[in-house]
Amino acid sequence: MKSKPKIAIIKFASCDGCQLTLLDAEDELLAIADAVDLAHFAEASSRLDAGPYDVAIVEGSITTEDDRLRLLRLRDECRWMVTIGACATSGGIQALRNFADHEEFIRAVYATPETIHSLATSTPIASHVRVDFELRGCPVDKSQLLEVLSSLIAGHRPRTSTESVCQPCKRKGTICVVVAQGIPCLGPITQSGCGSICPAFDRGCYGCFGPTVQPNMAGHSQGVLLPRMSERDAVNLLRGFNAAAPSFQQESVRLWQITQTRDSTR
Amino acid sequence: MTQSNGEPRVIRVPILTRVEGEGALDIRFHGREPTEVHLRIYEPPRFFEAFLRGRPMEDVADITSRICGICPIAYQMTAVQALESIQGVKVSQEIRWLRRLVYCAEWIESHVLHIHLLHAPDFFGCASAMELAKQFPDEVKRGLKLKKLGNQLLEILGGRAIHPVNLAIGGFYRLPRREELDALIPEFERGLAWATEAARWLAKLEFPSFESNYEFVALSHPEEYAIEEGEIKVSDGTAIPTSSYEEHFQEVQVPHSTALQSRRVATGGTYFVGPLARIQLNFNQLTPHAKTIASEIGIDPSCRNPHRSILARAIEVVYAFEEALKIMKRRAWPSEARKALQNVMAGEGISATEAPRGLIFHRYRVDETGKIEFAKIVPPTSQNQSQIESDLRQLLPTIADKQDQQIAIDCERLVRSYDPCISCSTHFLKVNIARDGLRPE
Ligand code: SF4
Repeated sequence: MKSKPKIAIIKFASCDGCQLTLLDAEDELLAIADAVDLAHFAEASSRLDAGPYDVAIVEGSITTEDDRLRLLRLRDECRWMVTIGACATSGGIQALRNFADHEEFIRAVYATPETIHSLATSTPIASHVRVDFELRGCPVDKSQLLEVLSSLIAGHRPRTSTESVCQPCKRKGTICVVVAQGIPCLGPITQSGCGSICPAFDRGCYGCFGPTVQPNMAGHSQGVLLPRMSERDAVNLLRGFNAAAPSFQQESVRLWQITQTRDSTR
Repeated sequence: MTQSNGEPRVIRVPILTRVEGEGALDIRFHGREPTEVHLRIYEPPRFFEAFLRGRPMEDVADITSRICGICPIAYQMTAVQALESIQGVKVSQEIRWLRRLVYCAEWIESHVLHIHLLHAPDFFGCASAMELAKQFPDEVKRGLKLKKLGNQLLEILGGRAIHPVNLAIGGFYRLPRREELDALIPEFERGLAWATEAARWLAKLEFPSFESNYEFVALSHPEEYAIEEGEIKVSDGTAIPTSSYEEHFQEVQVPHSTALQSRRVATGGTYFVGPLARIQLNFNQLTPHAKTIASEIGIDPSCRNPHRSILARAIEVVYAFEEALKIMKRRAWPSEARKALQNVMAGEGISATEAPRGLIFHRYRVDETGKIEFAKIVPPTSQNQSQIESDLRQLLPTIADKQDQQIAIDCERLVRSYDPCISCSTHFLKVNIARDGLRPE
């Protein structure tokens, strides 16, 4: 990419935490603002330049028809699209609706549901348009986000590690919470990047960076989760911020079906 | 205002920026009178209350945190306290202090962000803090350093700044490391000095002259500037036990918004929550230093100008640094990270705390297996939303003669002074002013 890539930071259904990560890069923010052209970053600037953009950095998932159309227009306006965070890469926590009766969800929150327009599912950006790079996390990790930005500035493809949460956890010298404290943990099947924070705080990983490459889901359930928790609780654990990531979803559905079959044979 | 062709006039400003979230402002004039003023929040709903049902109560703090990346502690704290009340858990004084400390960290991070990155550019005609930094490099960098300190404290106590992982029912998953907190003390001493300088810098701003006769609402605590607990106090003198919040404040759904709006039941009227309300109701409990700086920069309980909220935030940043230092210097330390739950109890419980943007209320019902049966969350912005609309209705006739673009800018500034968090109230604020008879989209 030649001098000063023109960047748009665009939001769909999300909590803003991932784009806030950029504003949390206190030491780097002003330098970044010099090195790139932050043409559209509504959370931080009233300057809203129209496309086309070199890069669109997208936060959030698609939950309304309007947003789906807005995304399609955006894709036509940008050369590269980078998605940031669990909402954008797997549908986020709001994808829990994919497992439930959507109509009932609307009624539970709003007294007059007729004026609420919302799709029955929350879906990741890549299920609608071509995405060039996905950065995981709920929220994304600051140093990974900076790495992505500096790659974009330098004009090459960003690279992030695909090892599991267990590896950095071991390197940090954290004593395994599964082995030492019998705490169920998604670390073995979750992609690293967060810094393996949860085990360092005496709790199990809850999978906010989503599944690692080719995780052994059933083996993990058998060996790590089910000796320490019920199938139902394991279903809830897998249905967190990346509930709709394919490996997590398939395993949670499989475990759910086990509970259903057992209930019906009782 | 009517145009020469006799049609009402339409002004549209597509996106209100430097706010957290996505919404729009639709304004229609008939003559000089605004006939329609809608702070239209079209942030897609995410249905948190619905999908909490059936989840283990231990999940609530982590899940509600994702309502808002800017004030996750407000959600986590309010949730765990409500659940603790159901379980009959009372945390030790030492744990309470550490929780107050993590809440101070969030006030610092959130207020400093709003002051420097979102609000201050308005006063200098800049589009962003990055632009402002060209005029005021030292001031903006000082702001960033202050924000970083807030975030560092969040990381020590919570593991990370956005969606921390450490608050648990009964206390914390793991106690913070004493030595890490100690190492931050000298940094926070410097931070306090910077926060004081920042407040003095803001005193030089020129504020629009808007004032209104607000009803302020905030928590109040007999012994301290209320943050994580207290009873509700209204500026008309009413005191309301937090447990009766819902009898006194009601949420209504309005067609133009995916966020529910709150009204005061007794008056049917709007009310104002946030830093200005807290300064108003709890001024005497600020530290002597914070009070001195407040009078020096010209903010006190008589303030009725929402634009001056930036000063209220600056004073609360000074206070939060002092309070954080006081807690970090205490030698008493919790004997355990958290109280283990003996038996799970079914029941219902509430909690209210002061999020950076104002009062936040949660109510949960839990079944005998510890699963959530019912959840209700009232964030600060949905309480302020009606107040913002009412302010705009008051402002618009006085600026009707201005150019459309200037009207939009004036309205945006007023809205922004509230630090609305639309992610909270369900995010993208867009201003549409209609004067030509066309309904805004
Ligand atoms: S991925 Fe998590 S942190 Fe990022 S926007 Fe979504 S909810 Fe917020």
